Amino acid sequence: MAEQAHPPKTNRSILHSIAFRNIAYQLLLAAALIFLGWYLYYNINENLDRQNIATGWSFLNEPAGFDISESIIPFDSSQTFARIFAAGVLNTLHVAFVGIFLATLLGVTMGIARVSRNWLVSRLASAYVEICRNVPVVLHVIFWSSIIRLLPHPRQALEPFNGAFISNRGLMLPFPVDNALYPWLAFALILGIGGALIFARWARYRREHTGQYISVFWPSTSIIFGLPLVVWALGGAPLAWDYPELKGFNYQGGISLSPEYIALLIGITVYTGAFIAEIVRSGIESIHRGQIEASRALGLRHSFIMRYITIPQALRVIVPPTASQYLSLTKNSSLGVLIGYPDLVNIGNTSLNQTGQAVEAIAIMMLVYLSISLTISIFMNFYNKLVAIRER
Amino acid sequence: MRKFFMAAAMVAFASSTIISAERAFAADGPTLTAVKKRGELICGVHQGRYGFAIADKKGKWKGLDVDVCKAVAAAVLGDGNKVKYIPLGSVQRFPALQSGQVDMLSRTTTITLTRDSALGLNFGPPTFYTGTGFMVRKKLGITKVDQLGGAAICVFPGSTTEKNIAALFKSKGMKMTPVVIENSKELVSAYMAGRCDVLAMDQAGLPGHQQYDAKTPSDHIILDGVYSKEPLAVGVRADDDQWFDITKWVVHALFNAEEWGITQANVDKMKASKDPNVTRLLGATGNLGKKIGLGKSWAYDAIKAVGNYGEVYDRNWGPPLNLARGVNKLWTEGGLMYGFPMK
Repeated sequence: MAEQAHPPKTNRSILHSIAFRNIAYQLLLAAALIFLGWYLYYNINENLDRQNIATGWSFLNEPAGFDISESIIPFDSSQTFARIFAAGVLNTLHVAFVGIFLATLLGVTMGIARVSRNWLVSRLASAYVEICRNVPVVLHVIFWSSIIRLLPHPRQALEPFNGAFISNRGLMLPFPVDNALYPWLAFALILGIGGALIFARWARYRREHTGQYISVFWPSTSIIFGLPLVVWALGGAPLAWDYPELKGFNYQGGISLSPEYIALLIGITVYTGAFIAEIVRSGIESIHRGQIEASRALGLRHSFIMRYITIPQALRVIVPPTASQYLSLTKNSSLGVLIGYPDLVNIGNTSLNQTGQAVEAIAIMMLVYLSISLTISIFMNFYNKLVAIRER
Repeated sequence: MRKFFMAAAMVAFASSTIISAERAFAADGPTLTAVKKRGELICGVHQGRYGFAIADKKGKWKGLDVDVCKAVAAAVLGDGNKVKYIPLGSVQRFPALQSGQVDMLSRTTTITLTRDSALGLNFGPPTFYTGTGFMVRKKLGITKVDQLGGAAICVFPGSTTEKNIAALFKSKGMKMTPVVIENSKELVSAYMAGRCDVLAMDQAGLPGHQQYDAKTPSDHIILDGVYSKEPLAVGVRADDDQWFDITKWVVHALFNAEEWGITQANVDKMKASKDPNVTRLLGATGNLGKKIGLGKSWAYDAIKAVGNYGEVYDRNWGPPLNLARGVNKLWTEGGLMYGFPMK
């Protein structure tokens, strides 16, 4: 009976240690996940084998045998599936990045317009948001695609200005003929942007230390655009344009945007822009009225209040949800498959069908979307840290 | 006595071989079992191609591919209306078959080596021979393919046509812009709206779009000549040999019925024919059906449901499409349709 006076020995067992349990649970979870992954992999392979369906990645090195309508890298039907996939990824990135840029521009403009004190402007912005937000993005894309098809044929193309043509084959624009000077112009532009950034930093430093406000807008604009202009003038001001010309079935020369690209771009931009507008509006409205009234009482200008009081605080509210809008825009670009834009999904589907290797083709598509989305997430998280409140 | 034993042994041996021959498919394969249990055949068809598969205003499916589904359903279940049609895009069709969503694919599918092997499929005898054809607007003044350099061409993604035109234009040193849209209606409307200069597909598909989808059919012309070999056939999964045999022999039954003069109307009368080929096919003598796991009247039911191959062809390609039979005639008339012996 004397033993019972001691605390039961089992209490000190390793099974009762919290640290051990934590690790054990995690190990069990990891083992379960690994087993699940292995089981799926094994199951797929087993089933494919049973049905005599070819597997493996060697098809990527075989010639694709089909053409695509547009590609950033040159593509020919005798080149490989790997290259056509790359062309598809680039087309997806192309429309997604231009889309993100334009949707942000549109969203911010419309968001600010919605809180405008001008009745007409704010109503128009509300109408835009309500109409575009409440229609499925698929319909946006198909709607724009059918609108473009109603445009005149190439032979009766609209010519808004000399050398530009709008028809149901898309938009054709003149493009400068390549010149040895142009790389230097790009260099000058980058230099100009760098100079403008340094100037803005200096102006800020000065404002924070002396209270003297220096306007940044005009000086930086003139640095950014002035520098390339000077280089261009010194280089003899070369200016030759390659004009699109009607040859055979369609226009040749200049640059062209295909109707599918335009329809997809407008569709996803207009749709996502409406959501970003709402996010921007909620961001602006999250700033307490008192702050703005106080700033006015101090005699600050309206633009100054927007720039230095409202926007920096609103960004904290705006950035995280906007990041997810960017992600959904990128994924929505896969709707190009409906109207014939050769994005990754379109090319993936065709390759899948030509080779019959569904698992591999879909795995590639998933992996690419995952990588693009993760990259956007990482970038947006980084930006979010920049604008977030710094706890001191 | 010894003779008796010999005879008995021979009878026993003979009957055992008969039994084992008849037992080739004593156990139904997975697809046949599933179809019988369901009481319905699930058939993958085109989403809408005149002459092959198109749903009318009441949602009733019509077309050559549809009639092949009906014939198989009649042979297996005794009723040609026990079919569920699943319209499939060109890209979805193979995964749908591989995954078992459909029992068979009767969907303008070209037999190719890759599809037969790497896709894990089997293809029956071709039910239709065609090739890539081109339709253009008449006012362009184009008469032959060599004038199509630089054209925008509307084409289905993942089709053999897509590869054919890439190869054809490359060999002729011409450029073209493919516009690929999977949805059949969208693709044709893109051509009709002028997004493309050319609509390319199996030539047999073109007259239907010209007749029914163009505002003025006479504004369009179909260029002469076919530019590839497209033998279209029923596809089934490669892991079910019995089901493959069933679909294969139903198609041969339709060919033979035409050759031997059996029609939807006279099939009952033909059961009493003096031609042993005919009576064997219709199940009046022997039992061919049992060898492929079906009932005695399998071919009779199929012919009763859709008629012979010639009737199927005329029903779907007669007026208003009026597509000449060409190589799709019987071999006895100089075509390629050749029913294998029903023995």
